[in-house]
Amino acid sequence: MTGTSLRTYLITRLALVVPMVLILLTLVFLLLRVAPGNPIEAALGGHVPPSVVKPIEHRLGFDKPILTQYGEYLWNIVRGNFGTTITDNRPLSQIIAQNGAATLELTFFAMLIAIVVGVLIGLVAGRYRDTPIDIGGRLFGVFVYATPPFFLGLMAQLVFGVWLGWLPTSDQASPLTQALLQTHTNIYFVDAIWDGNWGALWDVVQHLILPASTLGLITAGVFIRLTRVNVIRTLRDDYIEAARARGIVERRVVFSHAFKNALVPVITVVGLNLAILLGGAVLTEETFNWPGIGHELVLYLQDRDYTAVQGIMIVFALVVVAVSVLVDFLNAFVDPRIRY
Amino acid sequence: MALGRATKPIREASGIARVMFWSGVTITLLFVLMAILAPVISPYGFNQYESNGHRFPQLAHPSSAHLLGTTVQSVDVLARVIYGTQTELEVVAIALAMSLVVGVPLGLLSGYFGGILDRILVLIMDAIFAFPYLLIAIVIAFVLSTNSSIGGGILTAAIAITAAYVPLYFRVVRNHVISVREEPYVDAARALGARPRTVIRKYVFFNVVQNVPPIATLNAADAILLLAALGFLGYGIQPSQGAEWGYDVSRAVSDATNGIWWTGLFPGLAIVLLVTGLTLVGEGLNETINPVLRRRRFGRFEFEPVPGAVEEAE
Repeated sequence: MTGTSLRTYLITRLALVVPMVLILLTLVFLLLRVAPGNPIEAALGGHVPPSVVKPIEHRLGFDKPILTQYGEYLWNIVRGNFGTTITDNRPLSQIIAQNGAATLELTFFAMLIAIVVGVLIGLVAGRYRDTPIDIGGRLFGVFVYATPPFFLGLMAQLVFGVWLGWLPTSDQASPLTQALLQTHTNIYFVDAIWDGNWGALWDVVQHLILPASTLGLITAGVFIRLTRVNVIRTLRDDYIEAARARGIVERRVVFSHAFKNALVPVITVVGLNLAILLGGAVLTEETFNWPGIGHELVLYLQDRDYTAVQGIMIVFALVVVAVSVLVDFLNAFVDPRIRY
Repeated sequence: MALGRATKPIREASGIARVMFWSGVTITLLFVLMAILAPVISPYGFNQYESNGHRFPQLAHPSSAHLLGTTVQSVDVLARVIYGTQTELEVVAIALAMSLVVGVPLGLLSGYFGGILDRILVLIMDAIFAFPYLLIAIVIAFVLSTNSSIGGGILTAAIAITAAYVPLYFRVVRNHVISVREEPYVDAARALGARPRTVIRKYVFFNVVQNVPPIATLNAADAILLLAALGFLGYGIQPSQGAEWGYDVSRAVSDATNGIWWTGLFPGLAIVLLVTGLTLVGEGLNETINPVLRRRRFGRFEFEPVPGAVEEAE
């Protein structure tokens, strides 16, 4: 019985992906293609004679009726063709492979830092509610939430990069490492381990520390808040009172009953936070000159390259949808109540 | 009367929630005051780089002439921080008003009437909600500043922020309406023959709208961060139109490599302080209004652990 209902749930959930993707893709199209103005002219920098604009328009299919363009746009995405940039003729697949890998490296370690720091502080703050520990933990949570990643990053650069001179403040690795490292996955951290190149790994880790900590700490605020509320709520539940009434030692009530159940929603939160994390990643990459996909987005925005912006937005949309499905699947496996 | 009932939880709040709430209110009010009095208290204009024909020094250390130093363009940092308050509060107020005006009625109608329109709206709003809202705001600010006659500026920034937040209000209001709609007193009103307009206005609206202040305050905090992020990426306020803290921090990134800290530190701190103030107000409101977290001064009930309890056997 459980097997079928789980499968039914998963299929229903997957079916819901289609309208969500379609809506996001349509919105991107509406915003970037249907909006007034000439994207080609914008990309070429203002007033250009029609003799220059027309051929490019034709090549990109921008002179066709809007519905035809929409159909071709969707069909291309289905075929996995996200387009080519106008300004430097780079296929989006290349941007995803190279810059996407850098973003993945940054966001993965940032999320790790956020979860560890956020959940620990949240658990302790919730357990010792209304004590100075709680106040300190919450103020820290509010403070990191209130700090924009680019400001924290700037201060980190100033202190650890310029004044103390401990860590590099820009790029993903030193030029030497970038030249020597074999690219297998484009994720430098993985590539360095792949080759067993420990010198390069050390260099990569050094470059990673400041950006990942910046993005991680900023994201940790949400985890602190949610974990704390969950612990408070769980500590109030009937089964906790029942455990106490049975005479179980408080420490045990807290650790094996309350904390465990308070942590289940954290999976969901990780998924929900991805949207925040991706936004923060754009700013962190910009601050640390990290060659990720957000950094590219900002560059292409400055160049007014509509197809590049559109392609990157499609990538973000697909990632967001994929993660939301993944989170729901995980939850369905962990918590049987969701399936019914 | 209605106000008295609405503010009752705040007056009954105790302990930390109270302290947090009032310190948040104090910080926020100080910033509001700073914005209003900017022309009086600011030593110079936000764009001023000379006085009496003498150009201010470039990148001057904080001193008695320039309390927080000067930037590369010789502009006084203190003046930019003070005038920045005006910009931030103005944009966020416009953006919040617009997202409330769009999001709340949509949520009310969609939740109350249900049906196919509700389904479609929920699908669209959920899809947008799942998307990183910074990216939504960036794209909208980008399109508006490239194409339209509006250009970059306060309205563009406000529209970009609004678009990012409408789904939030829609969801909160709609979901609450769904649960309120089935309450006996709403049913009773309907059974008595009240028209939908009357039911929504008299019974549903006030119940739902209570949820909005904490969200709107936390949202205001978030909107400041969003505006600063847009400014940092160059899609906020044009430098000639007004001072914007995020833009100032972005200018300071190149200063930092030379060890110049005052151009970035002070606008950044201003962002952190204002957002902290608004967050504290929002959290305080949340903690007092949200029954799950509420702790009143009276009727406090705590389950004390049994002394000398034994370890549970496996």
